[in-house]
Amino acid sequence: SASASPCSVLHAAPVPQTCSHPSAPKAGDQEKGLSALEGVGFRVGQGLSERLTKEMPSFKDELDVVKFLCKDLWINVFKKQVDNLRTNHQGTYMLQDNQFLPLSQLSNGKQYLEEAPKFLAFTCGLVKGALSNLGFDSTVTAEVTAMPSSKFQVVIQKS
Amino acid sequence: TIVAYILRALQNYPLYIRSIPTENELKFHYTVHTSLDVVDEKISAMGKALVDQRELYLGLLYPTEDYKVYGYVTNSKVKFVMVVDSSNTALRDNEIRSMFRKLHNSYTDVMCNPFYNPGDCINSRAFDSMVTSMMMQVC
Repeated sequence: SASASPCSVLHAAPVPQTCSHPSAPKAGDQEKGLSALEGVGFRVGQGLSERLTKEMPSFKDELDVVKFLCKDLWINVFKKQVDNLRTNHQGTYMLQDNQFLPLSQLSNGKQYLEEAPKFLAFTCGLVKGALSNLGFDSTVTAEVTAMPSSKFQVVIQKS
Repeated sequence: TIVAYILRALQNYPLYIRSIPTENELKFHYTVHTSLDVVDEKISAMGKALVDQRELYLGLLYPTEDYKVYGYVTNSKVKFVMVVDSSNTALRDNEIRSMFRKLHNSYTDVMCNPFYNPGDCINSRAFDSMVTSMMMQVC
């Protein structure tokens, strides 16, 4: 849709800038770039979760918070909800978005499959930052098995 | 007299303290820290879904002889506490609520300021002037 494009371009733009250097691409630089993207996402997640939860009643439990991520946060950032949420009810959650906005500008075939995870670093940070601000420490990893679908695995640390 | 505290979730250290008149700040530290136990009780009661309406405003935490202590907790578990003179009978519940809303709105603005590092003490002129005008209105 017309309104989705500027948003997806904005998500994609920092990736080549931070994740590779034209003259001397090194593995370390790439990692630093991804880490920087994740860091930005983290800080955005903190602020965004504060703003979005301002008018909401108090969360009941951990699942309530994850549902907030899948619904309110995802809609605010990606204009749609997470398509599929699974959990083992022991702190691990799998969030699947079948039309992940930052990947929508890349072609659907296998050409960019290897590059795709770079476009997920910001979102991993976003989720981690939102959870952190709402009181939960977590690790967030992402994978792309088929474009433009992405999966985020969230493991919430026991306090 | 009126004092406002904003305290960080887990560690319960203050992000912001302001009182009118200003000399009274330290006097209320003990009162506020005692009230945090009540806040924590109320938070865990909410967690057990004993209350239907999971409000952010916690109401009167407890009255002492001379003061009334009110509480509010955000979804990010940041606690706002206000201590007011018992003699200030004109101050009604909905006015206290609205003051907490103003604090919450301004705190959210602080959180969204990219130059603010979450967990730091709040050092914002905009925030200070909001609190000043808010407290002056009720003193």
